[in-house]
Amino acid sequence: MPDVRLPGTLTPLFTGLPRRVEVEAATVLEAIDRLEASWPGLRDRIVEEGPALRRHLHVYVDGERAGLDTPLGTGSRLDVIAAISGG
Amino acid sequence: MTRTLLIVGTRKGAFLLESEDRRDWQLRGPFCEGWPVYHAIFDPGSGSIYAAAASEWHGSAVWRSRDLGESWELSSEGLSYGDEDGRKVSKVSTLAVAGDRLLVGAEAPGIFESRDGGATWSLLSTLAGQPGSESWDDPAHQPPGHLGISGFVTDTGDSDRFFTVVQGVGAFETEDGGTSWTPRNRGLRRDWPAEHEEVGFCVHKLVRSPDSRRMYQQNHVGMHRSDDSGQTWSEITEGLPGDFGFAAAAHPHDKETFYVIPVDGGHGRTMHDGKAAVWRTRDGGSSWQDLRKGLPQEDAHLGVLRQGMAIDGADVPGLYVGTSTGQVFASADEGDTWNEIVSYLPSISSVDVAIVD
Repeated sequence: MPDVRLPGTLTPLFTGLPRRVEVEAATVLEAIDRLEASWPGLRDRIVEEGPALRRHLHVYVDGERAGLDTPLGTGSRLDVIAAISGG
Repeated sequence: MTRTLLIVGTRKGAFLLESEDRRDWQLRGPFCEGWPVYHAIFDPGSGSIYAAAASEWHGSAVWRSRDLGESWELSSEGLSYGDEDGRKVSKVSTLAVAGDRLLVGAEAPGIFESRDGGATWSLLSTLAGQPGSESWDDPAHQPPGHLGISGFVTDTGDSDRFFTVVQGVGAFETEDGGTSWTPRNRGLRRDWPAEHEEVGFCVHKLVRSPDSRRMYQQNHVGMHRSDDSGQTWSEITEGLPGDFGFAAAAHPHDKETFYVIPVDGGHGRTMHDGKAAVWRTRDGGSSWQDLRKGLPQEDAHLGVLRQGMAIDGADVPGLYVGTSTGQVFASADEGDTWNEIVSYLPSISSVDVAIVD
């Protein structure tokens, strides 16, 4: 199963949401939707109208910059990264 | 024993200040995980606190606490223009309670409502069809700050009747709960050319006096007053140190008494001459008095935003001002004297006040 790594800004918003979670999914968006089923509201924190990835978040699949449609393999690692910004 | 509760929205979360005597205050927070809070309010009907917030990473949501800040949840379910519309909710800017509905104003300009205390939301209106509304989403027509819907004034006697403000466009009133709207900008000053007679005004803050016919507004160009529930406006700037400001508050018991905070209208947008003052009229704007006792009078370049001043409903009302440099000033005597009750909060966007048990 793909291995999803989430940013630390996300986990305090949802009870029991770990930084690292495995989900059965064929694409990045499907993985996010699977997480939404367990933690309602989580999709909205990553995906905006479009659907599109929120502007200051990046996703990487197996170390390569990815998008919502990027396929996931059985052993893929999906990193959701919050941009280094703010002040 | 009752307590006075201040709900303070800042660029780094919400804070609460509590006092039994309006002189000694205890601070709690930050709440809302440090998200930028644009407006935080107390709903006397439900006893809940709501905070409209927008994270640059994680989008817009309304946070809610049903236990005076002990625990918090957030929701943005339904707070969206959908995947087909082409518009996006970049932030939620302002909140109000209208009867059993909670309203939140968004950018791009639109009003969402919740009928379950902020758990779920649905789009109420985008004010589509109003003059010029087709260009509101055009970046070339958007004002700096980009709040979209920047204010509400509700009517305690009729929850279907309320005003909203579209930033840089003007005030609008609905009498049917948000289905249809009428521009309410007649008589306002406008120092620039406009494409439409009824819109194109810069209403910063709209408030209602205890007499619902008497309203006041701080505009980009001048203070204005209405004696006919916003149907027509006349300017009452004379006697103030400038015509620009954001915050405004109406006395809860006297329709002639009203407070404003003039600031420099250029890039600075801080109080005039580096001397902090709140200005009060007791005669509906015919004359103005500056209130400075206890406020800093040297090197005090303080800004206060449109939701940054609140007034409580006590017999002798208390006033509360939050600055863009993180101070909160409080007065327990209608503004005659002031105390700095907290000094080092993040930049303050809003202050609301409630009396709680």
